[in-house]
Amino acid sequence: MLHYLEQAMSDAPKQRAPELEFANVSRRSFLTIAATGFAVAAFTTQAGAFARYKTGGDFMPHGIRYDPKIFVSIDADGTVTIVAHRAEMGTGSRTSLPMVLADEMGADWSRVNIVQAEGDEPKYGNQDTDGSRSMRHHIQSMRQMGASVRHMLVQAAAKKWGVDAGSVTVGVHEISSGGRKAGFGDLAADAMALDVPAFEDLTFLTEDQFRYIGKGNISITDLHDITTGKAVYGADVSLPGMKFAAIARPPAVGSKPIRYDATATFKVPGVEKVLGLQISNFPAKFAPLGGIAVIASNTDAAIKGRDALEIEWAEGPHSGYNSKAFTEEMRATAKKPGAVLRAEGDAKAAFDGAAKVFARDYSQAHMAHAMMEPPVAVANVANGKAEIWAPVQSPFGTRGDLAGALNMPIEDVTVNVTLLGGGFGRKSKCDFAIEAAQLSQRIGAPVKVQWTREDDIRHSFYHTTSVERIEVALDADNKVTGWRHNSVAPSILSTFAPDSGHQFFIESGMGHIDMPFDIPNISVENGAAMAHTRIGWFRSVSNIPRAWAVQSFVAELASEMGRDHKDLLMEMIGPDRLLDPPKQGFPENFWDYGEVYDEYPIDTARLKNVLAIAADKAGWGRDLPAGEGLGLAVHRSFVTYVATAARVKIIDGKITVPEMHMAVDCGFAANPERIRSQMEGAAVMGMTTAMHSGITYENGAVTQSNFHDYPMIRSDNYPQKVHTHVVPHGFEVHAAGVGEPGVPPVPPAIANAVFAATGKRLRDLPFGDTV
Amino acid sequence: MATVRINGQSRTIDGPDDTTLLWAIRDMAGLTGTKYGCGAGLCGACTVHVDGKAVRSCLSTVGEVAGKDVTTIEGLSADGNHPVQVAWREYNVPQCGFCQAGQIMQAAAILQEKPDLTDDEILEGMSGNICRCGCYERIVAAVRHVSTGS
Repeated sequence: MLHYLEQAMSDAPKQRAPELEFANVSRRSFLTIAATGFAVAAFTTQAGAFARYKTGGDFMPHGIRYDPKIFVSIDADGTVTIVAHRAEMGTGSRTSLPMVLADEMGADWSRVNIVQAEGDEPKYGNQDTDGSRSMRHHIQSMRQMGASVRHMLVQAAAKKWGVDAGSVTVGVHEISSGGRKAGFGDLAADAMALDVPAFEDLTFLTEDQFRYIGKGNISITDLHDITTGKAVYGADVSLPGMKFAAIARPPAVGSKPIRYDATATFKVPGVEKVLGLQISNFPAKFAPLGGIAVIASNTDAAIKGRDALEIEWAEGPHSGYNSKAFTEEMRATAKKPGAVLRAEGDAKAAFDGAAKVFARDYSQAHMAHAMMEPPVAVANVANGKAEIWAPVQSPFGTRGDLAGALNMPIEDVTVNVTLLGGGFGRKSKCDFAIEAAQLSQRIGAPVKVQWTREDDIRHSFYHTTSVERIEVALDADNKVTGWRHNSVAPSILSTFAPDSGHQFFIESGMGHIDMPFDIPNISVENGAAMAHTRIGWFRSVSNIPRAWAVQSFVAELASEMGRDHKDLLMEMIGPDRLLDPPKQGFPENFWDYGEVYDEYPIDTARLKNVLAIAADKAGWGRDLPAGEGLGLAVHRSFVTYVATAARVKIIDGKITVPEMHMAVDCGFAANPERIRSQMEGAAVMGMTTAMHSGITYENGAVTQSNFHDYPMIRSDNYPQKVHTHVVPHGFEVHAAGVGEPGVPPVPPAIANAVFAATGKRLRDLPFGDTV
Repeated sequence: MATVRINGQSRTIDGPDDTTLLWAIRDMAGLTGTKYGCGAGLCGACTVHVDGKAVRSCLSTVGEVAGKDVTTIEGLSADGNHPVQVAWREYNVPQCGFCQAGQIMQAAAILQEKPDLTDDEILEGMSGNICRCGCYERIVAAVRHVSTGS
């Protein structure tokens, strides 16, 4: 995400291409492989088991590394150590990527250790853990590095034993030739001293030889530590002489303290210092909000001391923000023409000539991520060096931002990545790490900054608020001839650059421009909305309001026409085809999640397939008892296709969800067990989003503060049985995103089910848990 | 200054009696398995046992637990193989893992009180513990497994 924001701000080509490969390619070609032909030349391999393909990973800063000497080491006792270079926030990437490498090299998983990389992209390649990219961008490099180590072990054995390499076979964690046998550890020193082989010299496992890849038969590497309390998250780091800080931040972004009284604060035992911090206003990227910091000898004293501060805040630049009125402003804007992002056919003519126009709008409130671990960081800035321990999604980005904030060369800054107690995009923004580092620099001691839950709910980088208005033109036969979708929402870009009120290409690529329906006349539009708080990305980002609107709308349209929802949805998606962006009026800078479009095209057959699976498994069309209903939704995001079928049961007016089916097509399923856990989790987060997640503002300040008024789904009302159906594919169907795509179809599926059960249509998120 | 018995070991807490038990456990006793999630008894991430009962350590003070037995996730079982911990591994419950110590302590306490829980009792008994990753189905399955063997 960050990478694309930097691109958007620099006004560079929206999809930056590797210089050599794309130098002469017209951007109008959408970077198609067929058009350039480079892929055939560059990626032919003797290994038929593994035909390499191009991913967006090569376009990310520092790209992808293929050197096993960076990622793998083998001890003399045979212990294999593999580096996890992506942040672990619950998706399982810290396990699943090393698992791929281990399988391909022949390692026994029980003899594999995982070590977490520090933030160092020149060494490890891109480490920006968001966008559902870890497996999608790195599965190939993990296989290649595994195959390289296996090749090196074979070469070392052949040389040592004086035999032909062709006679050497690799078993699980051992090498043999004729009667000779050696463990990996016996050959490690010789093998790792060899040059890394070229890709063309490698052989790859065939899929029937996989032991772990695609099996879902291993547990996450931190499972034992998590269940015994030994796993280390951000707040669990402790340094000698460390001080503890809590910060009072401005109620509205940019408000300054007029005066404060710390008398009561200093009466709290353990409080040592009170420091003023510079106030910031957006656009300021991840600069801390500023405020007043309380330094103490323990966290309890820091928080109590902070809470005891009496502060009078001045009105600030955003003190007039009232989100209820703002939603109505957006609603009015959405009814007017917006800037046209995609024009196909002649939408105006279709609406002018329509027998009937059907229009609805759908809103969403801001959301805070509310990961269970609030922001926290430990920093030690001393002797011209800075070392930070923090749960960050983008450790190298954090390192750069810290270097800037501390006015130090980046070489003198070290960022150690702990486990993340949830991330969901919030921990891509390193303001909390900067706070800790600046405080440490100021007081000359190591500092831990702990955010309270109230701090987290009130001072986030929020999911945007939105109104999505959809209108269709119908002809005399009730056929949809025109589609207009105007999206109005403050942009994430406002956090990084002066705000134009308009969204940028990645927000528009998330379920807006890429709308897959087979409709001849389409106008995709964006009306302006200015930001009045810090806007950031939240798991699934703009896909949440887009799926909410589009998938609710089609159900409403079906009801209006007296049609079956599934039939109409299938019909609107239309014949099996790959969308052709230039022919279908997509803009030149259309963003397909950073991928080369032809490698990850929009495929209506795959979209319909997941919809059919979810509907069939849920028993679509069957009779249900009174007070129950089934609802469907389908959405492509992060180049993965997910359909949700939700069954709701209304009990004394309360919406419950006894059952949900999640059908997911994410290409090759590298770790089906973690895919299932992500879908189960998405069902829960989607239900929280649907019913509860509403951050509202009065006079620039967030109204909510903790889990009593910003509630989460709990075990007393959760999707009780989530059935995950993973569409099986071979390795040739490129692995796609998993962390985010499960969420967007869940809220509309639940709302459509509520309509089926009660006849009541819900159009505003969150809609509460009663009906 | 209060003396608190944590995981069978007496510890003197260098702070006033109203020091929050959670921060005494984490910052002063150095046991970091118990997590801060909300500070208001709303999420259960800080759950410990006091004389065998589940307690939110963010709402308790060291003065209140003086002379009592406090058990944290580190002390739940000597070898880390309490039946609840074993079940959590069998069902691959965690995603990010941050809330899980609190979930496990809550589950162990309600199972201690009533080993054969009905599903409704499990749902009710675990409803004070939030998991933002959404592991509820596996949490409930793991508790049910310990409770009924199914």
